Amino acid sequence: MGAQEAAGAVFDPDRAYRCSPRVALRPEPFGALVYHFGTRRLSFLKTPQLVDVVCGLEQHDSVHAAIDAAAIEEAQRPAYLRALAGLAANGTIEERS
Amino acid sequence: MKLVDHFQYGLNSPICLTWELTYACNLACVHCLSSSGRRDPRELTTAEAKGVIDELQRMQVFYVNIGGGEPTVRPDFWELLDYAVGHDVGVKFSTNGIKLDEKRARQLAAADYVDVQISLDGATAEINDHVRGPGSFATAIRALENLAAAGFGQPKISVVMTRQNVDQLDEFATIADRFGAQLRITRLRPSGRGADVWDELHPTAAQQRQLYDWLVAHGDKVLTGDSFFHLSAYGEALPGLNLCGAGRVVCLIDPVGDVYACPFAIHENFLAGNVRSPGGFEQVWRQSELFTQLRQPQTGGACRSCGFYDSCQGGCMAAKFFTGLPLDGPDPECVRGFGEQALAARDADTLVPRSDVDHSRSAPRNSRGPVPVQIGMPDRADGPQVRPDRACETSPLAGMPGDASDSRLRVPVAGG
Repeated sequence: MGAQEAAGAVFDPDRAYRCSPRVALRPEPFGALVYHFGTRRLSFLKTPQLVDVVCGLEQHDSVHAAIDAAAIEEAQRPAYLRALAGLAANGTIEERS
Repeated sequence: MKLVDHFQYGLNSPICLTWELTYACNLACVHCLSSSGRRDPRELTTAEAKGVIDELQRMQVFYVNIGGGEPTVRPDFWELLDYAVGHDVGVKFSTNGIKLDEKRARQLAAADYVDVQISLDGATAEINDHVRGPGSFATAIRALENLAAAGFGQPKISVVMTRQNVDQLDEFATIADRFGAQLRITRLRPSGRGADVWDELHPTAAQQRQLYDWLVAHGDKVLTGDSFFHLSAYGEALPGLNLCGAGRVVCLIDPVGDVYACPFAIHENFLAGNVRSPGGFEQVWRQSELFTQLRQPQTGGACRSCGFYDSCQGGCMAAKFFTGLPLDGPDPECVRGFGEQALAARDADTLVPRSDVDHSRSAPRNSRGPVPVQIGMPDRADGPQVRPDRACETSPLAGMPGDASDSRLRVPVAGG
């Protein structure tokens, strides 16, 4: 919960994000297991494509660009944005300057 | 495929695993799941234990639940704790509190990635000490006081639910609040010495319902190790992973390096291998015959036709095994009562397996009589006498979802 409060700011997919440096991703058949060393919470990225998006955030200047780069179907974009908003809220991803 | 289906087929590495560092224990709890007491001379050495930590780091096992026995009585416990944390393997350790003096409490408060779980099986000394031994309540409370004074953030108070303490749930929550702790409750299994007391200590059917209702009302604040998934058949699924994770997403490494499917299954039938063998833990996890078999699709057996099978998945493998029930039938605490019927149908020919791994002390270190306590069940007054005892550790089960330790599954859903 601390991370959520710390994250504070509203998720804005037009801004640049990155996977938190305190987070480790472990590849699994379904996608990836996520561990946050700060909050000590486990969570899961349920599809390999979501893993691609999260890992690609660092290389793009907006979340939308990272979604584009991962070749996510347009129809899926809202679902991915919701998932990413959740990841921002729990500190898995964070805004970068 | 749903996430939970992936879990059934096994993962590259466990989501969390329980590692019992020693069978030695200063207590002798009557329900000890690992029948702890005496140190095993074949215990992993400090160097071997560090080798296991290195391997866990390579496999990206992000945290381990350390227990025993009483892990803090190992002279190298603090060294191993530092080593694990230094290698990205977070630690939650379960303890009866015996070594948590003011100095250790301050040391823990200064450490990252360490969770402490104090075992307490009664909200009063009377109820607790009946199961965990004289003085054990005071020891646990003192440890909690020391942690609070040192500013340690949110320790866990770990409670095994018994017939005697289900009525104390609110009191446990009060104790947790008092120490800034989080309450964790888990299911009593007929494992280890738990087999000897399960008949008299496991919650009654009415208490199971009471427990379920309490969890539905308070589940967001309480950790469960996902150990009550068999109760999901009452209706609403409980938070967490409603699935037996044995050999699929969790396992146990015991003090001598043996790898079992789960902490509650210390028996040769559930022994997958040993970390000392060539290939180490990784090979056991990924290639052992037993784990491969556990990751096959489950048929449901006698429970297949039950409308609640999807909720409870047939319950706990260890609970069935150690009560002599078939693994593909109902859990002994099946909420529809099929378990009770199956238990009643056992006859003299039914083989109730016992573990051959037993480190109990043959004689108590100090001779105490049983602590007189009578709660409910007057009709069982002539039943088996609960032994006096000492301690050990109950351990976490299947931590899936959740918190660092007991994870509460948080599954971002994208792409269906």
